[in-house]
Amino acid sequence: MAHWYASGSPPPAEGFLPGVANSQLIKHTHHDALRNPELAGVANGETKKMNTFQAINDAMSIALATDDTACVFGEDVGFGGVFRCTMGLAEMFGRDRVFNTPLSEQGIAGFGIGMAAMGSTAIAEIQFADYIFPAFDQIVNEAAKYRYRSGGEFNVGGLCIRTPCGAVGHGGHYHSQSPEAYFAHTPGIKVVVPRSPIQAKGLLLASIRDRNPTIFMEPKILYRAAVEMVPVGDYELPLGKAEILTQGKDLTIIGWGAQLYVLENAIQLAKIKMPGLSVELIDLRSILPWDVETVCNSVNKTGRLLIAHEAPKTQGFAAEIASTVMERCFLRLEAPIQRLCSFDTPFPLVFEKFHVPDMIRCAEGIERAMKF
Amino acid sequence: MDLILYEAQRQGRISFYMTNAGEEAYIGSAAALEPEDEIFGQYREAGTLLYRGFTLDQFMNQCYSNDMDLGKGRQMPVHYGSKALHFQTISSPLATQLPQASGAAYAIKRSGKKNCVMCYFGEGAASEGDFHAALNIAATTSCPVIFFCRNNGFAISTPANEQYKGDGIASRGVGYGMHTIRVDGNDVWAVYKATQEARKIAVEKHKPVLIEAMTYRVGHHSTSDDSSAYRSKKEVEDWKRHDNPMVRMRKWLESKGWWDEARENAHKATQRTAVLKSFAAAEKRKKPAVSEMFNDVYDKLTPNLIEQKKELEELIKKYPAHYDTSNYAKEN
Repeated sequence: MAHWYASGSPPPAEGFLPGVANSQLIKHTHHDALRNPELAGVANGETKKMNTFQAINDAMSIALATDDTACVFGEDVGFGGVFRCTMGLAEMFGRDRVFNTPLSEQGIAGFGIGMAAMGSTAIAEIQFADYIFPAFDQIVNEAAKYRYRSGGEFNVGGLCIRTPCGAVGHGGHYHSQSPEAYFAHTPGIKVVVPRSPIQAKGLLLASIRDRNPTIFMEPKILYRAAVEMVPVGDYELPLGKAEILTQGKDLTIIGWGAQLYVLENAIQLAKIKMPGLSVELIDLRSILPWDVETVCNSVNKTGRLLIAHEAPKTQGFAAEIASTVMERCFLRLEAPIQRLCSFDTPFPLVFEKFHVPDMIRCAEGIERAMKF
Repeated sequence: MDLILYEAQRQGRISFYMTNAGEEAYIGSAAALEPEDEIFGQYREAGTLLYRGFTLDQFMNQCYSNDMDLGKGRQMPVHYGSKALHFQTISSPLATQLPQASGAAYAIKRSGKKNCVMCYFGEGAASEGDFHAALNIAATTSCPVIFFCRNNGFAISTPANEQYKGDGIASRGVGYGMHTIRVDGNDVWAVYKATQEARKIAVEKHKPVLIEAMTYRVGHHSTSDDSSAYRSKKEVEDWKRHDNPMVRMRKWLESKGWWDEARENAHKATQRTAVLKSFAAAEKRKKPAVSEMFNDVYDKLTPNLIEQKKELEELIKKYPAHYDTSNYAKEN
């Protein structure tokens, strides 16, 4: 936290994440961006420099332009949203399609469910993931079970709930949480977390258009910190599919969202101690349903697994991954699965740097896995 | 205090702040309460705590998250709380305090104490389900609670006319069968008088009361907000000039001959010095001991927390430069 206490100016609301700008995971050039086979559909198109909130804005703009039933709504979205994700959309598409709601998360979620039940596309914003819990009942008991309980008569596949999540350096209890595991315990919804502008745009468009209710959790620290050359065209990235970011043979490392940049640094650090270390780094992307096949294939190859996330350890999503890998790769495992997570306390403002699984803790985890 | 802490945030010395400007007349409601009436606040009622005797040092220590912060540095600035002053600790989620206030009032009623609960919130929070739950349960279980709505016209950027279409918040109290009054929220005496009467009803008749105080948020929502993106500077300036509780109070005092410019200036200077002194002292103090991260999750450390605390201690020992604790107090 000292980095902004000493800086002489206030911290940006969305926080800093040093290292993202120079990350190898970020696609800095047009050529770099389009090398991805998942982007084959837009391979001949243009790219444009965008940060994450601009890429999210672009995705919503395309969703609104290509689907007359689509609406974007939530608290303060009318003037562009507190993180600027909906900037200009009300002016472009009209205030009957992009509008402020009263301050009521359960109302926003229920309203979205109703729209989706009528076949419309509802893109709802919950201002912070920390404030999604009044909507928990609507999401868990209603959205998730709408199709199942009606025997398939009805569904709310057109619902996508966007919500900013994660640590920013100064958010304390209620502007820092990563509640993906609560929702991952709910059959019937999909949960997605992007790591970068290109990913955010493609995954958000897929989440909006997917025929199942989706929770799209946006690591808010990446809104400005991550900048990529993003295809300007209409493209989707697959839900339920992880992405292997670097191929490796010694150790599989899984993360999602902003944690991937911490892991990238941790791997660099570990390589100083262990030259030649070969790591397979995987972005899980979809938390529910998650890509068991890609993960288990990787662990069967490497024999070692480390999972890192910002949410507390106990009952975090790493636990689910670890037990599935245990079931499926038991005989191939050469070391205990390492879980690097926040400590089991509420998110503490002034202790944030000690609370989260930072570069050092992740590097220590790599060493434990390799030296077992 | 607001001015200095706001500026401190702009300079990067504290991480966050929320001002009370334009709504100061709510202080009248604090004056109408007894010291042991329990307060459940939202986050823009620092004045009530000031009125009760929360010291400048205590405010500054909380905003600086230092080792003297009663909240042990765990929450963002302005999340004050004090058991001694009967002011429950602020939490950021909106309207969650309302049904809690009803429950607290029920407990007070059962205890036989001649007290009530005061619960503050904004007109935006009144859109949350918890608002409706709270009023209904308070009315049906006859709770001695005053719900005090600061209707300041904005929920961050969302103006009141996009927040509700009915007759403000007051009309809802009637719907729940509650005594309800709407007051000029920029008139400190009106607020005082209304609260005094409400308190009588709450304490003597064990009935909840809803007060809607009409006011205007002169400042930005918080230091993370720039309100010029959604309202004109002229609108704000007009409110400041024509209907400001501080100006009105001052004019009234001056008309009585109890106050004048010389006293105003002297008072401002003394207060400014006191605030700056307190501010400087708080800034110098260390943060709470790192071990405080693990305390108070439960009444006692659980086995997983004991293990994790040990893990962190070993990491700090192994990487003292990375986990620099020089700015943190030592564990007691």
